Amino acid sequence: MPLRQQKMGGALVLAVTDDRIDAVSSIRFKDEVAAAARGGPSQVVLDLSRVEFIDSSGLGAIVAVMKVLSPEQQLDLANLAPIVDKVFRLTRMDSVFAIYPDVQTAIRAHVD
Amino acid sequence: MSIDPPTRPAPQRSTLIRLVLNSAPEEVRAAVQSVILQLDPVHLRPDERSTLELVLAEIVNNIAEHAYSGRPDGWIEISVRPQPDGISCRITDEGQAMPGGKLPSGLFQDLNVPTQDLPEGGFGWLLIKDLTRDLDYERRAGRNHLRFRMAIGGV
Repeated sequence: MPLRQQKMGGALVLAVTDDRIDAVSSIRFKDEVAAAARGGPSQVVLDLSRVEFIDSSGLGAIVAVMKVLSPEQQLDLANLAPIVDKVFRLTRMDSVFAIYPDVQTAIRAHVD
Repeated sequence: MSIDPPTRPAPQRSTLIRLVLNSAPEEVRAAVQSVILQLDPVHLRPDERSTLELVLAEIVNNIAEHAYSGRPDGWIEISVRPQPDGISCRITDEGQAMPGGKLPSGLFQDLNVPTQDLPEGGFGWLLIKDLTRDLDYERRAGRNHLRFRMAIGGV
């Protein structure tokens, strides 16, 4: 699962380029995002604009990524497709993550 | 993955889609996508298609992971029958029975905990129960039979 990395402002933006985070891809997804985010700035924004499908394994992988970040780091989510947003809402994980309509808004909202 | 509905005749609403697959994750992904692609785009809205894809993926991945304990060669059958007001689905497998012979509770887990204690799993049945109607499980003749309906066309 290739990941596009970009520094924006003080944040690290990780754009998922695969269109699915599911039972097939979730372990690789977790490892690659964790490796990219480790030692990075305090805000890591996961840009999910290309993701058209996520299941409970994908959701679990995003939670797992958050756990391997350092305590000073925060994982924010941006650009959720309707079905992705639905998965976060129905499992109430929208109360655990800060979810933003786009990357710019996520970066503006972040206070170091 | 949205596809513009092409101009085509009225949907054959009672056409049964039936698919047999093995319990390997790649095959589960392909099978569920194949079912969704076979459903008439005139009949289903994009959000209904993606909701059904999610529910089927959760159910079949659960079978692969738990009923077949991750074995890739377990037999699974998916039947989907579109109806005017909904979709009826039946999923059958020959794996282990559900623990206690009944469906998992699918309850909300406590999320008001330190980050390190957040759950990484257990969301599947929560989603399945939330997104389906008339969910029914039966163990019969060494097989698991799971049935559910999904309403469509609602507001």
